[in-house]
Amino acid sequence: MSEHAHGHPHDHARTFQRDHDDGSPLPYLQVMEIAMRELLIETGVITPDEVRRQIERMDARGHSRGARVVARAWTDPEFKARLLANGRAGCDEMGITDLEALHLVVVENTEKVHNVIVCTLCSCYPKPLLGLPPAWYKSLPYRKRMVREPRAVLKEFGLELPEDVIVRIHDSTADMRYMVFPRRPEGTERWGEEELAATVSRDCLIGVALPRASQP
Amino acid sequence: MKSRFHAGDAVTVRAAYPPGHIRTPHYIRGKRGVIERICGEFANPEELAFGRDGLPKRPLYRVRFGQRHVWPDYGGAPEDTVDIEIFEHWLEPAAREAAT
Repeated sequence: MSEHAHGHPHDHARTFQRDHDDGSPLPYLQVMEIAMRELLIETGVITPDEVRRQIERMDARGHSRGARVVARAWTDPEFKARLLANGRAGCDEMGITDLEALHLVVVENTEKVHNVIVCTLCSCYPKPLLGLPPAWYKSLPYRKRMVREPRAVLKEFGLELPEDVIVRIHDSTADMRYMVFPRRPEGTERWGEEELAATVSRDCLIGVALPRASQP
Repeated sequence: MKSRFHAGDAVTVRAAYPPGHIRTPHYIRGKRGVIERICGEFANPEELAFGRDGLPKRPLYRVRFGQRHVWPDYGGAPEDTVDIEIFEHWLEPAAREAAT
């Protein structure tokens, strides 16, 4: 319990996320980040506007590239085989270039196997393809529980899997990054790549949802 | 560097608890699994974390573990698995039949 500025005792950690500007001292690494940024700006290496633009660009990057890769693989079996063999090469083939040091493993959902991505150690995530991870992906409950009781967690996401479907968790603990290759929804046999890509949400690529031909 | 293990090999994760920046999760130390694939060679994160170059690079594997082996009270299906990236120096050979 803490007693602070607004004068009543309660435990923020238990009820909601702590305010980022609650007056407590900045953590060491944040102080270092600010110091480094100010030095780089003062010495003319970068400008404040460049820093802002880069943050804006990172925030704006969504999962659309991941969805496009999946849609292409749904419509082109040979591309799909190459993508599953080497995720990075598949992306290169589609002209997706700024992948940084991404080592991509694409894991395929089948009738018998459902894949889910987690990083129990921190929050490793294929950012160049999927954008920034959602807040829940970085949360302790997701990271602890998805590896320990995945079926219960998936059920909370609204995804109940039959017992005869194998749940395969992928813990991104080192240098590889993962993307789920979901199953193509039924009733989309005549759809084009663009329409197909629209069925693939971010959560489908993490493995906590399935693509649907029509959103409810 | 030649990799010591190959896909399909049974391995045991070292049950060691050294200090430092270790990318082998605690919950998998001491557990048995099977090499799913060789990922390649990567700089050792235990060295990189202290500002060193992490060289020579170390072979990195994806190891597949049965969830019922990892968590004795696991509530899901018997064939459910967890795949984890583990560096070679954290792995020891294990008897094949034990790795379920």
